Amino acid sequence: MSLGILGTKEGMTQLFDPDTRKAVPVTVIHAEPNIVLKQHTQDSDGYSSVQVAYGDVKAANLNRPDMGQFNKAATDSGDAISPRRHLREFRLDEDPSDDLAVGAQVTVSLFEDVKFVDVAGTSKGKGTQGVMKLHNFRGFVRTHGTHEFFRHGGAIGTRLTPGHVLKGKKMPARMGNERVTVQNLRVHSIDTERNLLLVVGAIPGARGGLVEVRPATKK
Amino acid sequence: MSKIIQQLEAEGMADARVPKFRAGETVRVRVRIKEGAKERIQVFEGVIISWKNAGLRSTMTVRKVSYGVGVERIFPIYSPAIERIEWVRRGRVRRAKLYYLRDLRGKKARLTEDHRAVAPTAS
Repeated sequence: MSLGILGTKEGMTQLFDPDTRKAVPVTVIHAEPNIVLKQHTQDSDGYSSVQVAYGDVKAANLNRPDMGQFNKAATDSGDAISPRRHLREFRLDEDPSDDLAVGAQVTVSLFEDVKFVDVAGTSKGKGTQGVMKLHNFRGFVRTHGTHEFFRHGGAIGTRLTPGHVLKGKKMPARMGNERVTVQNLRVHSIDTERNLLLVVGAIPGARGGLVEVRPATKK
Repeated sequence: MSKIIQQLEAEGMADARVPKFRAGETVRVRVRIKEGAKERIQVFEGVIISWKNAGLRSTMTVRKVSYGVGVERIFPIYSPAIERIEWVRRGRVRRAKLYYLRDLRGKKARLTEDHRAVAPTAS
């Protein structure tokens, strides 16, 4: 468990690799500096983490409890802290050190020596989808007299025993619009001036969506 | 497209000066090829049958007939693998995508040359 950063998916493009001269598909993540809003320590909370905030928002658009978080953080750090839209907590292995004090900034330079990252976001909503798209069912043969049954899921249970459909039976349902994490994406480059992080490959969600980036846990 | 991505693509294109070719023109594409440690240039000459403007991701499709077999290559025009694109001639064509050339062979697959045309320059 380590510190990550919140950002916005900006979109994808291709850049050329100077060595192989091949086009590399990259996703651009824009991450303005996140601000540490709160610390959790073993002593006071029983676990270690920091809460970070990201994304400018007008103070008028926050409710009182949310605003209170920022006011408290401002008092704790002694600096003015402008309100942000998104809050996330990142679990840490050890209690947060002093450079992660309340009011401190987390920037993309976090990934300077990181080769691989995990990116989590909310996938694009696909609406109600059938079993073929949603669960990779195979459907039925197109020929041999099949009619009106090409993309169905088939039988959903047996007869008197057990007499009901088993729980968890895969059926048509809403698809997408859920939290998805893509692991082990290679970091292409970082741009500390413009607060950009470029990763190779695709990440979940639509352009403009909120994403969490953290160093890969499995590398 | 987001401004940031436009910026990144503009940076990738900054030092490449690729002329604005168009469909119907015959070009000689000089491609850098790595063979082990050595590097050589391979030339691919043919007619541009498609030119796609997409910033840094722009491509062109070049078609030639080699030993009776039609060969098409899609070149990312800003690729560092392309050393240079030489202009040979312009054919008189009336559409932007010349996919119909795939169905023609021999004399019918020729394009009448536009003699007044001059090589386009990089802008």
